[in-house]
Amino acid sequence: MKRKNLFNALWLVLALVLMNLGVAYAKPAQMHIMEGFLPVGWAIFWFVVAIPFWVLGFRRLRRTVTEKPETRLLLGMTGAFAFILSALKIPSVTGSSSHPTGTGLGAILFGPLEMSILGTIVLLFQAILLAHGGLTTLGANAFSMAIAGPLVAFGVWKLLKGRTSDSVAVFSAAALANLVTYVVTSVQLALAYPDPVGGFIASFLKFGAIFAVTQVPLAISEGILTVLVVNALKGLNVPELKTLGIQGAKS
Amino acid sequence: MNTKTILLILAVILLAVVPLFLNPGSEFGGADGEAEGVILAVAPDYQPWFQPLWSPPGGETESLLFALQAALGAGLIGYYFGLKRGAKTA
Repeated sequence: MKRKNLFNALWLVLALVLMNLGVAYAKPAQMHIMEGFLPVGWAIFWFVVAIPFWVLGFRRLRRTVTEKPETRLLLGMTGAFAFILSALKIPSVTGSSSHPTGTGLGAILFGPLEMSILGTIVLLFQAILLAHGGLTTLGANAFSMAIAGPLVAFGVWKLLKGRTSDSVAVFSAAALANLVTYVVTSVQLALAYPDPVGGFIASFLKFGAIFAVTQVPLAISEGILTVLVVNALKGLNVPELKTLGIQGAKS
Repeated sequence: MNTKTILLILAVILLAVVPLFLNPGSEFGGADGEAEGVILAVAPDYQPWFQPLWSPPGGETESLLFALQAALGAGLIGYYFGLKRGAKTA
């Protein structure tokens, strides 16, 4: 039993590292604000916003891992999912590339607070090892990808669960989390760089045009891929789903 | 694998392939560079006040890490589903 726990813990660590490398090496990581590109005041502001989520998230994650140790491997798999997704730099209709975030699955299976920690570790490794995103912009990037995205995924999932098919609910949750991540980034950039003439709105529309349009087909892809994984989990009637309170597994 | 699963996978592939034909001249670069351009257009005097501590030396090292990443991630997911499938049929 002890050895099994150790084994599961190792998988968790490996998955986290993989997840980090995954997002990190995805070059067009445009949802991440580059190192040094947020003025000091805004950089600090977003750290202050993110810190309460990190504190709560850390507590939740520790509780989940100790109270439901059987879900550790699933947590690792969730990490691997984000890891692969973030490696897929997919061409989009605008002629540029972008990648999915992979945070929706974890938010649905575990919860938004848990995902805030996983997502932030991803961003941290990425900033240190890969020069994507940045340490000074970590608070802002964590708020968009690891906090706002998962919160939306969780909210949409809770709202639609039981009211429509699970596939539709999972798709909507994951796709909207992806879109929201980029919309929040656009808001953050527009707040820091308001247009000299048109102010915040004009600036938001400029950043939003770059991010959101490119992101729509990718959000759809992310939604579909998340549905495929959840369906596969349900198809195997994985017991962890019940532990985590996800019902309706069809055999 | 049922029909629905196959159709969903096809949809994901189409979403990635169709843009290639919609933008024949494009190199499909990252949108982050474009955002940097907008920042410099809105605030031309802005100087980034912090530099990345380290970045990969070049494209070849980066593609090596990409391939490694995809292989390891797929391996772990394959392991998970293989384990669960085995547990179910055992």
